[in-house]
Amino acid sequence: MVSYSKWLSAGLLAAGIATAASSGLFAAEQGLNEPFQGPFREALTGKTIAFVPVAMNFDLTEGWWAGLKKELKPYGVKFELRDPNWNTNAGAQAVTSLVSEKPAVMVIHNPDVQTYAKLLKRAEDEGIYVVQINMGSAYRSSAFVGANWIEIGERDTEAVVNSCKGKSNKIAIVQGALSAAASAYTLRGVSNVLAKHPDITVVSSQAADWDAAKAKAITQTVLKQNPDLCGIVGFWDGMDIGTAAAVKEAGLTGKVFVATSGGGERRGACDLVKTGAFDLDLSYDVPTQAAQMAGTIKWLLSSADAKAGAVKGSEYTTLIPITKANADAATTCWNLEDLKKEAGE
Amino acid sequence: MNARLNRDEAGQTRAKAMKSFRITQQEIVFVVFAVLFLFCSLFLKGFLTSENILTLIQNVSVLGILGLAMAIVVIGGGIDISLIATLAVPPGLVLQMVQNGHSLTGSIVTAFAISIAFGLINGWLIAFAEVPSLFATLATGIFLAGFGQAFLFQVDVVQWSDGMNGFDRLGQGSVLGVPMPIILFALAAVAVTFLLRRTRWGAYIYAVGDNYAAARVTGIPTRPIIVLQYVLAALIGCFAGLVLAASVNSMPTRIFNSTLIYDVILVVVLGGIGLSGGRGGVINVILGTLLIGTMLNAMTILNMSYAAQNLVKGVVLLAAVIADSFLSPRNEETAQQGDI
Repeated sequence: MVSYSKWLSAGLLAAGIATAASSGLFAAEQGLNEPFQGPFREALTGKTIAFVPVAMNFDLTEGWWAGLKKELKPYGVKFELRDPNWNTNAGAQAVTSLVSEKPAVMVIHNPDVQTYAKLLKRAEDEGIYVVQINMGSAYRSSAFVGANWIEIGERDTEAVVNSCKGKSNKIAIVQGALSAAASAYTLRGVSNVLAKHPDITVVSSQAADWDAAKAKAITQTVLKQNPDLCGIVGFWDGMDIGTAAAVKEAGLTGKVFVATSGGGERRGACDLVKTGAFDLDLSYDVPTQAAQMAGTIKWLLSSADAKAGAVKGSEYTTLIPITKANADAATTCWNLEDLKKEAGE
Repeated sequence: MNARLNRDEAGQTRAKAMKSFRITQQEIVFVVFAVLFLFCSLFLKGFLTSENILTLIQNVSVLGILGLAMAIVVIGGGIDISLIATLAVPPGLVLQMVQNGHSLTGSIVTAFAISIAFGLINGWLIAFAEVPSLFATLATGIFLAGFGQAFLFQVDVVQWSDGMNGFDRLGQGSVLGVPMPIILFALAAVAVTFLLRRTRWGAYIYAVGDNYAAARVTGIPTRPIIVLQYVLAALIGCFAGLVLAASVNSMPTRIFNSTLIYDVILVVVLGGIGLSGGRGGVINVILGTLLIGTMLNAMTILNMSYAAQNLVKGVVLLAAVIADSFLSPRNEETAQQGDI
């Protein structure tokens, strides 16, 4: 009996499959058409993305550029780079000529709040989506992706203030360049926290011009005057290599808390936290920023309703605090060479 | 040595003639430095401690070494604007090559070889193609910095790697309590003094800078001497870059875009090495460097704002340039091609 029923069920199954195949389910073998992916691909193919950084050749801009390519190149997007190499005038000219060339999207890294503001408004009036990265201008465009400098200043200072508990309460601040808005915003964050802690004395607050050698010189002098300093708030890890070198030379590594921020590239961030040069490095993880920009660009280009300048929003980067606890983890930092390889460069 | 003796005699006669109503810039600078130093020692808490003085000198050591390079060229009647490029690019290449797995020694040899080649190109352009030194070195400096950015470095801050370990002692160690950069500055100063004061080449550099045509008529190999100046400047520039890199554990090649070159010229002119050539020596560089160092240190201790610091530096440079043009006035006799 057992074998009979087995044969029977097998026969029924075979018949069933044959019937199904010859009727409605035939289509399912070819799969279903998803109605939105076709227009999405069409919206992206052949579109041009123009990138105007303040300069190439440093971890942040190289990382954004590689990250954008990695995400968007497979969809047939074309890329155009204008590198003003720290020259604000050249940057304004590049933006002006781009407005008349009409790329689909402009990714702009502002040198300051004012210079490009009017140009960016004109670009969006012409129908070009403007995505601003890390340094916003006074004009709010379709999207801003980037670090919240005030939050960075606040969190770095809070960490330094905490480490000062029960110590001298003397701290130093190593600013970037006075003309840079990122530096001014960070300083505001620092002031916000210090206003809540009147017991903290700032023995020195000077601009080192994003220059490691200047940062070292200032820090050395400050440490000689105040050997009991308990912490330093630095504004960029690329510059604070100098700050950390001064602390190390004074034999105060581990005693003076050094907090800074940066793009989270492995050699400039995780490696230096591991050696104890920095106690805290707030990272605005560049590949994540690049992926968020790419996502926003996909969304803007594929949404037929979002005309340039019609929607405006911000994506502030969620910071990764790099400390000894996570500096060893594989995903804490990134590596420019690998990112470039992924971007096919 | 004849040319040197002639120059000294001429200098002495001139000095005698002027002695009644003029003092040299070197003396002025020394007095200014002494007054400033005294003032800071008396009124600035924490200034006059051996530790702070060492820090003060250490912070300007790299500037001082660059000043020595610039002094050689300026004494020889030229100027080297490309100095910061030789400070940034060959030492940056050392860090990059070691990062890419090459040996430290091989990388350093490559860097010095590039510096020599670069100095030869500068010298050839100025001595043989007769391009004014200001324009020649302005162009070659931009070329070298651009070449580095485009082909040699991945990012403009070249980071330290494990292969460099031990080398940082050059910038961060100390011998008997004296920080390494100060010792290296002192060694470089002694070497350059020896070259300028004790060798035939040094005497020739003064002769060429004082009066090119006369030096040539006397039979001095003027063109090779000019080439020598720029090769030496490039080598010293590269050396200063290695000290800088070792002291901050990285090479910020973006320094090329900074105003460092003006600080170097400031040190040289402030110290009293006339831009018209043939005058001054290592002592002037040391004086200029110490004066700048004292100013920077005092302003940092005072926690003076960045804008105020720049203002003070600008006023001091202006005063130095005015003093320079009063003490060594330009006329048809001293004006030369390539003068700035």
